[in-house]
Amino acid sequence: MLFLDTASAFSVTQISRYLKELMETDEVLQDVWVRGEISGCKTFPSGHCYFTLKDAEAQLPCVFFKNARLRSSTPELRDGMAIVVNGRISLYERDGKMQLYVDTVELLGDGALFLRFEQLKARLAAEGLFDESRKRSLPSSPGVVGIVTSPEAAALRDMLRVLRSRFPLAQAILCPTLVQGSEAPAAIAHALDMLNEHGKAEVIIVGRGGGSIEDLWAFNEEVVARAIARSRIPVITGVGHETDFTIADLVADYRASTPTAAAAAAVPDINEWRSRLGVLEEELTVSIESYLADQREDLVRIQRDLQRLNPQYQLEQLQQRLDDTTALLQARMEHILSLRIERLKGLALRLHSLSPLLTIARGFAVVRRETDQALVTSTDQVHAGDSLVIQVTDGEIRAKVKQQDS
Amino acid sequence: MDTLSFEQAFEQLESAVEALQDGQMPLERALNYYEEGMKLAQHCNELLEKAQLRVQQLRITSEGIQVLEPFE
Repeated sequence: MLFLDTASAFSVTQISRYLKELMETDEVLQDVWVRGEISGCKTFPSGHCYFTLKDAEAQLPCVFFKNARLRSSTPELRDGMAIVVNGRISLYERDGKMQLYVDTVELLGDGALFLRFEQLKARLAAEGLFDESRKRSLPSSPGVVGIVTSPEAAALRDMLRVLRSRFPLAQAILCPTLVQGSEAPAAIAHALDMLNEHGKAEVIIVGRGGGSIEDLWAFNEEVVARAIARSRIPVITGVGHETDFTIADLVADYRASTPTAAAAAAVPDINEWRSRLGVLEEELTVSIESYLADQREDLVRIQRDLQRLNPQYQLEQLQQRLDDTTALLQARMEHILSLRIERLKGLALRLHSLSPLLTIARGFAVVRRETDQALVTSTDQVHAGDSLVIQVTDGEIRAKVKQQDS
Repeated sequence: MDTLSFEQAFEQLESAVEALQDGQMPLERALNYYEEGMKLAQHCNELLEKAQLRVQQLRITSEGIQVLEPFE
């Protein structure tokens, strides 16, 4: 059959344009995710990268423009890599080629996870989210402890056990959440935000028990890291086992190796408070006793001072001195008197020994002339016939001189 | 006194002891500090005795935030 109506046939341009329109107005094609393997990857000096995304039965040409590449921060694309791309599909009329214009590329598989982890880590570190200076110190004795974890898991029971035995004075507020799966990151972030909004918790423990790297992956998500970073309340993470380090651990104010370690880090040991209380009680008693002792001492000192100033006391003191002096005086006088008496006695004895009466007692007599009582010491003084008075011990003898012999 | 938390009571006790150790005050006030201190210590001891971890759960209601009590 011959086609005779050439005017009604479309031109290549027209049909191409039509196809392009069709594609660019299709919802699915304008924001689509496609996975496949890279082949024929080539980057030009312009910075634009061209490759084919393929699987077993089909291929799709892709172009990754320089701007999109820079924005996407993907690593080097190489043939054979398993990726998933996001972008829009359209027709490049010039070549008559259908192309996927790539916005973002993500790697698939384990390598992908690790890469994402490293990238996020680098990015957040660059923002300073891991800085030591950002990390707040934990309250020494929190009254209220917030807990973000799965309500069914053993981790929660373990944490509560540790809190109860270590510091039962505290109060725990649980904000239950998923801790694994695709919805976990948002849920964890939401729980943190809720506790912050409620505001009573003084420290928050974010924890989950051990598991595989995929199980713990929620704690490597940016959403969780951001929620921890913006938390006004200090956050302690206790995720998995000793060797598990997640991005959440790096952002946290304190990283504990396990949920129970996190609970232990959150609160002090109540025994410490018990002993501090004991010390205070003792200090209380000691200081009041010391105070009272000081007061007593002051009182005694003042009493003594008062006493010394007391006129009655002074009077008694003087009287005492008077008595002492009087006694002394008396004693001296008696002493002097007895000395004098002794002297007197001595003199009297001497006198007595010198006394003419003694001489007389030995037979000598005191002779006097009767007429003038003159003492006769010589024969010249008397004549025969003179009257004499002779004094002997017991009286006088009157005699007449017979004669004197010289 | 009963409304004081452990930490509050403990802090007040510390102040009382400090004041007493400082010593420069009339007898009346010293005895007051002592008495108060003993009461505070007793309160603290009671709180320590009776302490049991109180566990509550935070749940969001349609409008605001609520706090409940689970068995955990």
